Amino acid sequence: MTALEIAAAVRAGERSAVDVLNEHLARIDDRDGELNAFNVVTADAARAEAEGVDAAVAAGDDPGPLAGVPLALKDNMCTRGIPTTCSSKILEGWQPPYDATVVTRLRAAGAVAVGKTNLDEFAMGSSTENSAFGPTRNPLDISRVPGGSSGGTAASVAANFTPLGIGSDTGGSIRQPAAFCGVVGMKPTYGVVSRYGLIAFASSLDQIGPFANSVADAAAMFDVIAGPDPLDSTSIRDYSPDASAVLDRGVDGLRVGVIRELSGGEGSVDGLSADVLARTNEAVEVLRAAGAIVSEVSVPSATLGLSAYYLVAPAEASSNLARYDGVRYGLRVDAPTTGEMNTASRTAGFGPEVKRRIMLGTYALSAGYYDAFYGKALKVRTMMLRDFAQAYENVDVLVTPTAPTTAFRLGERTADPMTMYVNDVCTIPSNLTGHPGISVPFGVGDDGMPVGVQVLAPALGDELTFQVAAVLEATASGGVS
Amino acid sequence: MTDFVAPASTDDTPIEPTLPGGWELVVGLEVHVELDTATKLFCGCANQFGSEPNTNVCPTCLGLPGSLPVMNETAVALAMRLGRALGCDVNRSVMARKNYFYLDMPKDFQTTQYDQPTNSDGKIELGDGFVVGIERAHIEEDTGKSTHVGGGGRINDAEYSLVDYNRAGVPLVEIVSRPDVRTIEHAKAYVEELRGILLATGVSDARMEEGSMRVDANVSVRPHGSDELRTRCEIKNINSVRSLGRAIDYEARRHIDLWTNAGAPDQETRHWDEEGGRTTSGRSKEDADDYRYFQEPDLVPLEPSSEEIAAIDASMPMLPAARRAALLAASDADADAIGILVERGQDELAMVAIDSGADGDKVVTRLVNDLAVDDWSNVTAESFTALIQMESAGDLSATQAKQVLGDLIEKGGDPAALAAARGFEAMDTGELESLVDQLIADHPDEWSRFSRGDDGDRKKMQGFFTGQIMKATQGQADGKAVAQLLAQKSA
Ligand SMILES: [Zn+2]
Repeated sequence: MTALEIAAAVRAGERSAVDVLNEHLARIDDRDGELNAFNVVTADAARAEAEGVDAAVAAGDDPGPLAGVPLALKDNMCTRGIPTTCSSKILEGWQPPYDATVVTRLRAAGAVAVGKTNLDEFAMGSSTENSAFGPTRNPLDISRVPGGSSGGTAASVAANFTPLGIGSDTGGSIRQPAAFCGVVGMKPTYGVVSRYGLIAFASSLDQIGPFANSVADAAAMFDVIAGPDPLDSTSIRDYSPDASAVLDRGVDGLRVGVIRELSGGEGSVDGLSADVLARTNEAVEVLRAAGAIVSEVSVPSATLGLSAYYLVAPAEASSNLARYDGVRYGLRVDAPTTGEMNTASRTAGFGPEVKRRIMLGTYALSAGYYDAFYGKALKVRTMMLRDFAQAYENVDVLVTPTAPTTAFRLGERTADPMTMYVNDVCTIPSNLTGHPGISVPFGVGDDGMPVGVQVLAPALGDELTFQVAAVLEATASGGVS
Repeated sequence: MTDFVAPASTDDTPIEPTLPGGWELVVGLEVHVELDTATKLFCGCANQFGSEPNTNVCPTCLGLPGSLPVMNETAVALAMRLGRALGCDVNRSVMARKNYFYLDMPKDFQTTQYDQPTNSDGKIELGDGFVVGIERAHIEEDTGKSTHVGGGGRINDAEYSLVDYNRAGVPLVEIVSRPDVRTIEHAKAYVEELRGILLATGVSDARMEEGSMRVDANVSVRPHGSDELRTRCEIKNINSVRSLGRAIDYEARRHIDLWTNAGAPDQETRHWDEEGGRTTSGRSKEDADDYRYFQEPDLVPLEPSSEEIAAIDASMPMLPAARRAALLAASDADADAIGILVERGQDELAMVAIDSGADGDKVVTRLVNDLAVDDWSNVTAESFTALIQMESAGDLSATQAKQVLGDLIEKGGDPAALAAARGFEAMDTGELESLVDQLIADHPDEWSRFSRGDDGDRKKMQGFFTGQIMKATQGQADGKAVAQLLAQKSA
């Protein structure tokens, strides 16, 4: 059952939210030992919430559009009184005294949070292998990674532990795991979903977004979490989208662009595998057949995205993660002086990838290096905004692969960080520009693993990404390749 | 580092002219003021001094994971208001992060402004017309407060540290002067003048003792006539205007000693030791911080419209310099006395009294001498003016007027009623004359010295007779009338 079907049944009183929950909890119980999607399952709290939904239905109150739909929360979303770890030892034992805005909104919409899902520590990674709680495995092939950093949420949705999940996307951390696990994942325009209560990795890039098994479910969830929030100063005022309303509009007359630099051809970045490119081309042809006008556009700075990202994101992270110093919460390793205690706590609390990025970022911001590194990365961001603006003069949306390959095997890329970082080459540009992007499953690769196709749109084109994805989804499930 | 051999600064240290031959003082001042807002800079917690530790805190000002700042618009408005009062350009500005680890800073970075401050390029004109340039006045958050317990009371040798985050996130403006100040008196006058502006604009209560105004001094010296800027030291922990003078004096002498005997001083932060009367080394050059400033991604730029700035200008009260000029023009009184009245906020009393016809010089003198009290809130411009008028009409003697003013300070009200309550009535001239005649008869020697002596004698004896009459009338006689009678009778 899709999330919308469950909600409809619960709202109509045909199914109880508690029954729905128990069914999903049983699946988690059954299989999460193998997948490790969840850091914590909050069964009791979830039952209380489900009972609340059932009571609302019984009382004739509106239980909300997602009534009784089980929900997985990436474990970097603050949940009041429930451990929130970012899959890091440094937050051991910490329970936030407040809920993230998305959590509040989803609960108000009737969704039932069942637990907190695994991620790469502080969302730094593309495979969910950098977790203090061990890796999450891909439900479609447990020898493979689910992608990352929202791998736990992606796995939860793909394994049908929960029909809906919440992730965060700083350089592709929703879209890439969605592609790897064969589900829908969407990163909204920066500022459309409140970041209040999302534990920051790179504040100017982080966005929260939905995971679901269908475009319609993802759109319904997006509609609930999107919209202004006075608690987030970067939240966009006056934009309250209704993506669910546009899903059936099709793509007739829509101008669709293919980015030369991410097409695998002349002038493209390297490393895009043939099977993924083939599915992407088929997706473009599906859109053309549905009436879209297809053209190739050039976004020259797209090739610089990876380098710029690995300066901006670590720089912000080095500052955002400074507060984990052992003074106020989380892990404290005692030492004779405060300074030594800070160092000992951070040394013990952070994993190697987090340390690597803190060092990278600290270096990029240092006096004498700022201009050459961080300053230059900001210039690339500006160039990229200009290049995309130019591209969007001629097209309405852009279509690219979501990730260069299908899901790789555990341990395959952990030795060399660069091979891991290349995973994000197609997703990073929209984090640097703040534009929306969606990954929708479209066929499988040579290895039988799902391929994700990415649809990008200019700022506030969030609804449009769902609209195009709906067309691709209809064809994909109709059996292309 | 060479030890400074000069004696510690004492209260008696002569400070003007300050420095040994051939040296000139160069001072820049960095003043932090807490803005007078109800809530903190980025959250809804109370901006309140003196609460129980860690009671005015929330996820945001504790820097808890996932929390975000929301800019306090009142704080921004006050900062811009101060900027305009200092004659600054009010710019599009952005917040920045200043990164360093310290346990009383919850996020381990301070949200402040760096290369795009809200206010830039202003000035402060001191009482004597000297102008000190203002480089910038930027918005930032305050840190918490730590107390290091045991050991030497410093962070690295304490047994443990206690941290109070009530102050964390309190809105501050840091006003950075250009290194224009050349004398200690000007340094002190600058701080007093800035304080006057802060009070007049309602931007801050500017209390140095409570830490809502904190002054750091960048001190260096150079040979007279040179325009170089030599190594400076930043002096912190200065808790009063008087200490500022002592700290600068000590530090300048330390620099001169070093330049003369040992070479350049180290560029460093130093702490003023009030009891020892000296500065001591703080952080050394080796651990000079690299703050890795970058734009705060969680906040959006502040973009004041020209309408907003015009509205600030339109609502700007008269500032101390303009008030001094106005009172000087109206009264022709002593500039220092006028300065005192403006500082106390009593210049409006003077202006109203003078406008109603009172003698300017006399009004200013009366206020300077007789209203030197902390709380004069009961005295209104109307009641003070009425009192002065009663005095000049001869209804009250100077002594009586002083007593009525005392009553006014204490309980306020109508001076005529207060005078009546004390039984003060204008003394009948006949009554006064018979008193004078009686005195002349009782003191023939004194009278002859008055009526026939030289100027010195005459002056002394006038004092004698006036004193006797005041004694006899318990101060109710009008001094002017007495003088007139004495003159008449000796003619
Ligand atoms: Zn607070």
